[in-house]
Amino acid sequence: MFPIKEIRKDFPILSRKVHGKPLVYLDNGATSQTPIQVIDVIVDYYSNYNANIHRGVHNLSQEATDKYEEARHKIQNHFNAKHAHEIIMTSGTTESINLVAHGFASLLDKGDEIMVSALEHHSNIVPWQMLCEKTGAVLKVIHMNDEGELVLTEYSKLLSNKTKLVFVNHISNALGTINPIELIIEKAHQVGAAVLIDGAQACPHVKPDVQALNVDFYVASAHKMCGPTGVGMLYGKEAWLNKLPPYQGGGEMIADVTFEKTTYAGLPHKFEAGTPNICGGIAFGAAIDYLNAIGFDNIAAYEHELLEYATEKLMEIEGLKIYGTSKNKTSVISFNIEGIHPYDIGTILDKLGIAVRTGHHCAQPIMAYFKIPGTVRASFAFYNTKEEVDILVAGVKKAKMMLA
Amino acid sequence: MSIQDIQNDIIEEFAMFDDWEERYQYMIDLGKTLPLIDEQYKTDDYLIKGCQSKVWVHANMENNKVVFTADSDAIITKGVIAILIRVFSNQRPKDIIDANTDFIDKIGLKEHLSPTRANGLVSMIKQLKMYAFAYQTQLN
Ligand SMILES: Cc1ncc(COP(=O)(O)O)c(C=O)c1O
Repeated sequence: MFPIKEIRKDFPILSRKVHGKPLVYLDNGATSQTPIQVIDVIVDYYSNYNANIHRGVHNLSQEATDKYEEARHKIQNHFNAKHAHEIIMTSGTTESINLVAHGFASLLDKGDEIMVSALEHHSNIVPWQMLCEKTGAVLKVIHMNDEGELVLTEYSKLLSNKTKLVFVNHISNALGTINPIELIIEKAHQVGAAVLIDGAQACPHVKPDVQALNVDFYVASAHKMCGPTGVGMLYGKEAWLNKLPPYQGGGEMIADVTFEKTTYAGLPHKFEAGTPNICGGIAFGAAIDYLNAIGFDNIAAYEHELLEYATEKLMEIEGLKIYGTSKNKTSVISFNIEGIHPYDIGTILDKLGIAVRTGHHCAQPIMAYFKIPGTVRASFAFYNTKEEVDILVAGVKKAKMMLA
Repeated sequence: MSIQDIQNDIIEEFAMFDDWEERYQYMIDLGKTLPLIDEQYKTDDYLIKGCQSKVWVHANMENNKVVFTADSDAIITKGVIAILIRVFSNQRPKDIIDANTDFIDKIGLKEHLSPTRANGLVSMIKQLKMYAFAYQTQLN
């Protein structure tokens, strides 16, 4: 049995009220909540060993540095990276993607092709469009079908020796589709293209093995994995990271600086200019510990149960349509009710203490595909319950009654 | 009626509601019943990009008073628009420019006018005042 009662006690925020009603937090796709085990680490850092890292001779700085590097090792182990220096600490998925896109500016020529999927978050579209503007490279799109799955036959046809880089998400934030990234990576490698996988939505649900995947770059954000905001990671194969130029200049990332010439530090510091989010990085490590203590197999099984239950219950509501109906999906349900604007449903749900996201979910191309202004998105985490699903369903029914 | 009088009326009306549900049902019904804007103005030229819900606003001057019509694709937003139009439309430009929207707070709808709400209403009020300002300049 999944210890849901004990788990919920780990999350102080879950016992608060909103508009006088118990909070039902179903916006985990936007950001996850933080367990006390992670909050304690944050408090401990600022209470006991706050100091700048990698530069002090003094004890506090050494302690903070050790903890920070320990977090890097935790991330390395979690993703099964070969080397700790293949883990670059960033401010999150968005920065990780921008770092790689910036680096590829020096590796692409006019007419080279890079490939995105129709399922992406704007964070995994816009940096690449900027890269195309800079280099004259061409952006190709892998389209999706009505279930919200990528059309892989089309993908194979789009690939050629002009393709230099493919970037898709592991799991779609707007629809929850789990993409067949093993296949996508393998096919890209056959034509010599590198692959970046946006794992922002996947990492709260699954434990990726970057070596088994043989992926070139994998990126994630701590705040979707029970960690703090403003911190995340970039995994890159050593050979690729050595090929990319530094992203930002500053302290920490140099070996020697003179006014004539500066030489850069080795990995990972070459990509970590300036004082990082030290506390955030350490707390990220603690969040990974927390998730692993529960176990990703347990999380996946429990969330799948929630997904099936919620899907069944919501489908009983007349006029309700779910977007993203792949058999391979995580605990995300994007839906609309015929004739009702998603914003209105979200507003009524909010009054009932239920937090969902409404709108285009930073994935306007998906909304354009379905010809809708947006959806209501309920995204479940392992600390949600069937009772909360029931409250959601009752809330949607009430909203429908008021609005229809 | 002056803007202030209309606002006082609305505050009085809302005082009769017992809870949020009655308030919201009232706004939803307002949103449903009122045809607020001529279809020909539901174009990008009159659109205020509100991110989540779309808002269209049209203005013209009649007898030195500004007449507003507006609409939205989301019904609760439309309900709030109906209230705002009732307050601001058919008033002299100067009175519109000088008016405040504190009454929204008093009728328990403040959250709809939060700049982070992304429903277009804050931009809409700005737009109403800009129109009023433009017409005021014409009058001078
Ligand atoms: C699939 C996906 N990619 C990228 C991001 C951006 O993540 P962040 O804002 O943490 O950089 C998100 C966040 O919503 C996401 O869901």
